[in-house]
Parts: sequence; structure tokens; C-alpha cells
Amino acid sequence: MSVRLWTFALVAASFALYIGIAIWTRARSTKDFYVAGGGVSPLANGMATAADWMSAASFISMAGLISFMGYDGSVYLMGWTGGYVLLALLLAPYLRKYGAFTVPDFVGDRYYSQVARVVAVVCAIFVSFTYVAGQMRGVGIVFSRFLEVDVTTGVIIGMAIVFFYAVLGGMKGITYTQVAQYCVLIFAYMVPAIFLSLLITGNPIPQIGLGGTDQASGMALLERLNGLQQELGFAEYTSGTKSTLDVFMITAALMVGTAGLPHVIIRFYTVPKVRDARLSVGWALVFIAILYTTAPAVAVFARTNLLANVAGKPYADVPEWFHKWEATGLIGFDDKNGDGLIQFVGPDAVDGTGAPVPNELRVDNDIMVLANPEIAGLPNWVVGLVAAGGLAAALSTAAGLLLVVSTAVSHDLLKRTFRPQISERGELIAARIAAGAAVLVAGYLGIHPPGYVAQVVAFAFGLAASSFFPAIILGIFSRRTTREGAILGMVAGITFTGWYIVHFALLHPELNSADHWWFGISPQGIGTVGMLLNFAITWTVSRFTPEPPAQVQVLVDLIRVPRGAGAAHEINA
Amino acid sequence: MSAEPARDGHRHPSVTDPVARAHQAAYWRANIRYLGVLLAVWFVVSFGFGIILAPYLNAFRIPGTGYPVGFWFAQQGSIYVFVVLIFVYVVLMNRLDRRFELDEGEDA
Repeated sequence: MSVRLWTFALVAASFALYIGIAIWTRARSTKDFYVAGGGVSPLANGMATAADWMSAASFISMAGLISFMGYDGSVYLMGWTGGYVLLALLLAPYLRKYGAFTVPDFVGDRYYSQVARVVAVVCAIFVSFTYVAGQMRGVGIVFSRFLEVDVTTGVIIGMAIVFFYAVLGGMKGITYTQVAQYCVLIFAYMVPAIFLSLLITGNPIPQIGLGGTDQASGMALLERLNGLQQELGFAEYTSGTKSTLDVFMITAALMVGTAGLPHVIIRFYTVPKVRDARLSVGWALVFIAILYTTAPAVAVFARTNLLANVAGKPYADVPEWFHKWEATGLIGFDDKNGDGLIQFVGPDAVDGTGAPVPNELRVDNDIMVLANPEIAGLPNWVVGLVAAGGLAAALSTAAGLLLVVSTAVSHDLLKRTFRPQISERGELIAARIAAGAAVLVAGYLGIHPPGYVAQVVAFAFGLAASSFFPAIILGIFSRRTTREGAILGMVAGITFTGWYIVHFALLHPELNSADHWWFGISPQGIGTVGMLLNFAITWTVSRFTPEPPAQVQVLVDLIRVPRGAGAAHEINA
Repeated sequence: MSAEPARDGHRHPSVTDPVARAHQAAYWRANIRYLGVLLAVWFVVSFGFGIILAPYLNAFRIPGTGYPVGFWFAQQGSIYVFVVLIFVYVVLMNRLDRRFELDEGEDA
């Protein structure tokens, strides 16, 4: 069977599976729709959280980015896993004990304020939409390369699938679909990684192969790669080029942002007990870590392949996969000196006489994972599998985000703010309509992605880090935190972070370099400063404003102990 | 429109009874101690070994492998430690909940 047939077959089979699960587990109540009835096992919830969390960016782009950045890519590896420690220790058990349906629910009740609730709703919707745009672009890339349809058609097919199971099944349908999607995506990620590891290092476990010996040269693989990098004028792979402060700040912003993202937090409302919430975060990180410890190995295998087998070779001899990807525009060769050889060199490269050598090869980060099976000469079914895995990663995340948006509208805005008298049935209908509308907006963003997709995603993390995280943490750990403190803190954190990112990334891209940044902190890392600002303001203002009402202080005491947690409930009911 | 968090409070002894309150405060202090130790480890392996000290640790290799130590912490080791930390916390807290009789019981 050809690659195209295999891809069609595997993608169609996985979609049929998701739809089957959605019909089997469809939501019958708002509780089913928002928190899957609160009866998901910690293991299943952990797996669903992993699928929800690992997006097209994790599956398709991350290994390629690390491959290109070397040590500096560690910010993504530590940043997108370390946040789970914060979630498990500081957030999940307490929010589960509180037992609301959404993050704005908690913020609104803890800070006895509709203003705080609405601020939180606006943040939740904005964060989720910026995120969804990136997912839909991933769907478009996979469809256009592997199914050879245009991006628009691909996005529409993807949206139709998400529409079906998110609107029908709500959280319940999404959770069980995500369990299946996790299995598909992790299998699709591991198979080529294991093949590559065997091929390059002779060890089938990529995490060990990365520290192993390169079969071709007999040297340690990382040492050989460092050598190749320097020969071609790139920085040493294991050292990196970013400043230590910037690496620190970006890692912290991504960690805290992870712990503040509403679509991650709400997952821990779906388990039956407080202790299940703690355990569930642990399982989620286990399932995430399988991919996140494999990605740096894939990055090194791909980089070594590229430097050893493509760089410096005649263009006439390149393998077939090179031409296939050239057709998509994601890899490009421009023979500047007309010698027919592919000069792939770094900024420091010089020839024998000391004159600089221009780089002639352009490789898009996004193709590293998708092209790997072909580069390694793996069977056609593996290529198809990777396409199905990439789609699973993008669709599972998109569905989780769309749920946050629909919940924010039907529950936080209608039920808790503007139409408290709405019936259960009316709320469920509103949730479905909101999910449907959100799918359409996400589809539009997928077909017309906003410029600077990467910056927009960084914005989502910075926003979550500088708004929700301090408000929730102080709400649990400091009884004295007041409404005024929390609102001012959130607004100041968001405004500062947003202004810095917009200033450098959108308004003055020409100034967007380490020379102009404050203390060399990039817009990606500024969320950490915004978060500290939020903490400082919330803390200080809380000391000078009237202390929270007695009933709120009682609420804080009750959140802190596991005993007495019921299923996720309606506070007003 | 306001929440009614005290709803559960009426039948919850920890809110009104001073002995129960002190008991709960002791539980909370023990929890904070665990958090302090675990988060210190979290910080040291990632921000410490993986970032601040990485350039110095990279001078050494993990014996029997090709991994420079700082690079390993940044791209592999810290992630393994994160996983272990969460499971240690789960075990510690389950024990603490039972010791203070603040756990949820079998069918809470």
C-alpha cells in the first residue's frame, strides 16, 4: 500500500473510533457536560489530561524546535512539565475540594465579586482562543501534506469531527475520546523514535540511545553532534546561546502558565475525590513525560541525520523525501554559489581562506517529526501512523479548549452572572450552542491564522501566568487576600505582560532583540515578571483593605482539608 | 447571588469547635512543611542543576553514557524528578490525611 492509502486508512479508522466513543458516552446533564459527571478514574483522567495538554505544538513542532535550539530547547521540556508539580501540590486538590465547574467559578466565589468573575471569564476565553488558533494550523499542515487536500478542506474536516464529539459529548465525550487519542498519539510518536534509536545507536530505548554511542562513528552521540555543529559553524548543541536569566524566566513563565491554563485546571474537577485529584496529576505527568523525554532524543537523531547526510552533499543525490517536502515549501535549497552542493552552515562558518560561507538550506522546524519516518526509510504504515498521531494531538487539545469557551459562556456568564434562573436543560442547550459557535470561530482562525502564531501562543502562557496563578494560589494559601487585592493584581499582571509582548512582538518587531529587552528578558519570559508583580500587588493591597467576609474565610478553611468533598457541585443549588 | 460557602460549615465541626480548629491548623502546617521540601527539590533540579549550574555541570559526564550532567538534568533528569515528586506527595498526603482523620473515607 502507498503512503497516501495508509494515511487515509489510519486517519479514517482513528476518526471512526473517536465518533463511536462520542456516541457511546454522550452527555445527559450539565454535570456530564462540564465535568464528566465527576466520576472519571484518576488513571483515565491522567491520560485524558495528557492528550488534552499535548497539542500539535508538542507533537509536531517541539522536537523540531529543540533540534534547532539544542540546549536552549530545554525551556520547553522543563517548562511544559514542571508546571504539573505546581498543579499537584498547590492547585488541583484544593480546587477539587472546592468542587466548582470552572476556574472563574472559584475566582468569583473566593473573591466575593462579580467583577473578579467576569475578569476571569474574559481571560479564560482569550487564552483558549489564542491557543486554538495554533491547533488548527497543525491540523492544516498534516492534512495538506499527507492527505494532499488543501488546508481549508483539511481544517473543515477537522472542525466537523471536533464539533461532533465536543458538542454531543461535552466533557464526558471529550474525556473518553482523549483517552483513545492519547493511545494513538503516543504509539505514533514512539514507533519512529524507537526505529531511529535502533538505527543510530543500536539501543531501542530513545532516552538511553540519546546518551549512547553513535554506531557510525563509535563516538558518544552527543559528542559527535557537538563536533558536527562546530565544524559547520553552529553553537555547540549541549550548551546553548540564550542568556541564563532569559532561560530561567522563560522556563518559569511556561511552568506557571501551564499551572494557570483553564483547560488544564478544569480536568481535575472530573475525578471523584481530592486524593484522586492529586494522583491524577501524577498519572498525567507520567503520560506526558513519556513523550517529553523522547522528544529531545528525536531532536538529536534528526539533527545528526541532517548534518551527516544532507549538509555538504550534492543536491542531485538527495533522497526522495527531500523533494516531497520541497513541494510543500517547508524545506528549501538555494544554490547561492552554484556548486551543486548543499551548504548547510551556521552563522560562524568560514571557508579555507577565512571568508564567510552563506547558508543555502532552509528547514522548517515543523517537518522534523513528520518527515522523520521517511528520512529513516521506515515502512509506509509508520508514515500514515504519524499523520494520525498529529491529528489526534491537535484535535484533543482543540476539543478541551472549546469546552472551556462553551462553559465560560453558558455557566459563568449566563448561569452565574446574567441569567441565574436558567433551567438545567436551557443551560445544556446554551453550552452546546456556545461550543458550536466556538468551533466555527476556531475554524476561521485555522483557515486564516493570525500572524505571529508563536507570539500569540506565548501570549496565552504569559497571560495565564500573570493572571490566574497568583489569584488562585493566594486565594487558597492566604485567608487574608481580599477582593480588591486580587482584582488589582490580575489587572496589573495582565496589563503589564500584555503591554510588553505587544510592544516588542507586534508594534516594534525591529526592537525585538536582547539589546532592547528589559534586563535581556524576552517577551516569552516576561510572564514571570508579570506574575511576580501580580503577587506583590495582591499581597500589599490585601493588607490595606477590609478583610474578606467571615463566610469566605470559612470557605478557605474548608478547601484546605480533604474531608467532606462531594461531587463537583453547583454552589447555589 | 453571592456564594454560600458556609452552607457546609454549619455541620462541619472544624469551623466552630476550637479543638477542631487547632487540629486543622496542625494538619495545615504539616502540609506546608511537605510543600516546602518538595518545592525546594523541584527548584534545585530544574532551575538549579538544569539552568543556573548547567554550564559548570556540563564539564562532567554521567558515567557510562554520553550525557553532560547539566544537559541531562535540563532535558531528561528534571522531568523524571518531577514525576517522582508528585507520587511522593500523593503518598505523604494520603498518610497525613489518615493520621489527622481528615481523609475522605471510602465512599465520600
